[in-house]
Amino acid sequence: MSLLEVRGLTTAFRTERGEINAVEDITFDIDEGEILGIVGESGSGKSVTALTIMGLLPQPPARVAAGSVRFRGETLTGMSEPRLERIRGSGISMVFQEPMTSLNPVFTIGEQIMETVRAHEKATPRELRDRAVEMLDKVGIPSAAKRLGDYPHQLSGGQRQRVMLAIALACRPKLLIADEPTTALDVTIQAQVLDLLMDLRDEFGMAVMIITHNMGVIAETADRVLVMYAGRIVEQAPVVRLFERPEHPYTRGLLECVPTLEQDTERLAAIPGSLPEPGRRPPGCRFAPRCRWRIDACRTGLPPLVEQEPGHASACIRAAEIAAQIGAA
Amino acid sequence: MAGIALRRLLGALPVLLIVSLITFALLRLIPGDPSSVIGGPSATADQLAQIRRNLGLDEPLPMQLVHWYAGLLQGNLGRSLLMGQGVVEVTFERLPVTLGLSLYALVITLVAGLASGIVAALRQNTWVDQLAMMVAMLGISVPNFFLGLLGIIFFAVKLGWLPTGGYVPFSQDPWEWFRTTTMPAVSLAMLQMGLLARITRSTMLEVLRQDYIRTARAKGLPGRQVVVKHALANALIPITTVIGIIVSLLISGSVVTETLFSIPGMGQLLTQAVLNRDYPMVQGGLLLTTVFLVLVNIMVDICYAFLDPRVRYDGK
Repeated sequence: MSLLEVRGLTTAFRTERGEINAVEDITFDIDEGEILGIVGESGSGKSVTALTIMGLLPQPPARVAAGSVRFRGETLTGMSEPRLERIRGSGISMVFQEPMTSLNPVFTIGEQIMETVRAHEKATPRELRDRAVEMLDKVGIPSAAKRLGDYPHQLSGGQRQRVMLAIALACRPKLLIADEPTTALDVTIQAQVLDLLMDLRDEFGMAVMIITHNMGVIAETADRVLVMYAGRIVEQAPVVRLFERPEHPYTRGLLECVPTLEQDTERLAAIPGSLPEPGRRPPGCRFAPRCRWRIDACRTGLPPLVEQEPGHASACIRAAEIAAQIGAA
Repeated sequence: MAGIALRRLLGALPVLLIVSLITFALLRLIPGDPSSVIGGPSATADQLAQIRRNLGLDEPLPMQLVHWYAGLLQGNLGRSLLMGQGVVEVTFERLPVTLGLSLYALVITLVAGLASGIVAALRQNTWVDQLAMMVAMLGISVPNFFLGLLGIIFFAVKLGWLPTGGYVPFSQDPWEWFRTTTMPAVSLAMLQMGLLARITRSTMLEVLRQDYIRTARAKGLPGRQVVVKHALANALIPITTVIGIIVSLLISGSVVTETLFSIPGMGQLLTQAVLNRDYPMVQGGLLLTTVFLVLVNIMVDICYAFLDPRVRYDGK
């Protein structure tokens, strides 16, 4: 049994144009201590997947239309709110993209750490305080004990994200979901926060699901990668394998978008076109309109996610050809 | 925080000066003066002139103003021309009545307005929301004297539960005070309650969408704690501003309500004083009322600093 088991998960949103699936048929596992990267463009359904796992989407308009999420053997989908509250923050925690707005401006950071612990554990005020200091210390806030009384507006963006991590990890969760944790930060700070995240993973031994659109972040952190496009998983592989032998044209496109110093091409590669809106997805393979490998067959029926080799699956009818070509090159 | 209070008190001085100037000018612009009221309809022109001389009304207007300010600086607001009592004395007799009524109305406003606004926001677009907003709209759009009249007809005349009017001081008989003041307070509170309910609803909806609310839920805090602690603490910041305005509205609104229910408060006192051209009474009474409202606004600012750490630190 894996730590997290997502099976055929479909999350639909009620809109004026009827119900639309934000994500469709998502299936994956996360093992204890594993780091799973989820990569894709904005709007590909990464965050919706994470929020569905956490049960944080407003229902309605959102609804789990099919599939299930199991965490340590317990089914989260359809679980009552009070039981979910017990798991959130202690079993599964989450940090968000926007450190500037994710902390409550009117409470001290100490209080915001302590209330998390208070919600899940019995502890004396003294123990709560000690835990808050310990957590701030662990996330690298200098002179932690003096900072407990600070308000969020007194901290920089990087420090706020550190505080978010302190809150998320205060109850030693088994799984941390990090939704674009470094996107809003300066480049120099991004590396620091990623390093911190990796150190904390090693120390706490938790699994991490890291959501990003940045292939560099994936390369640096993930053990295994899911590539999402227009609400579906298009490729899934161990990280080294994905970078060496990407099978799906979209994955290849993403990898080509990453600028490298060795490249002598004058311009950066870009994937032509843009992500289709959830309500206007093309029939057949959703990537087909933007794909240079497209053939007529791509427009009929969704290509299933097929495991080409153990642990490496992709949803492209020409995956074998593409893989062979890369192998030859 | 003491710094904020001091700065705001100094900033209020020009406000008081302007209010006193406008009051003075407006009173002199209304035709007629106190001499005709004091002298009565049968007074001769000579008698009226004599009365005016006695009151100092024959002096040029700037001199009258200077005299009044001179008195003010010595803490002397003069005597009411008709009642013969000192202005300060009369005001401190009547002001508590208005304040008691306004405070009662404020409590009703806060409890009903905040509660219905919060519930409406949490149950957005359900019948609960629509009902609360309908009541709020009714409170805002129906004039409060009309609601008061309906109340008198229904609760006093038809059912006989409450008296039609009158006033018993709280210190004399709390229960009777409660009985005489409830209907005026409710009719006075309706408008501000509607206002507060609508503003609370929209502020809460705005706050509930914020990222930090999602964080609070992601931490596994119980739903009630997310709303009462995390959402309300932020929503109260803009709501406090509105509450400051509401207090001013309650005090000015009591003029009509006090007349309707024959309650001897500031509203009734000042209405009578204006009708009788009781210059010192109107000038002094309004000035003291303004001082009180300025103090309320300063208290709101202090609450602001208390609720919002960002203001607190900027104020340093």
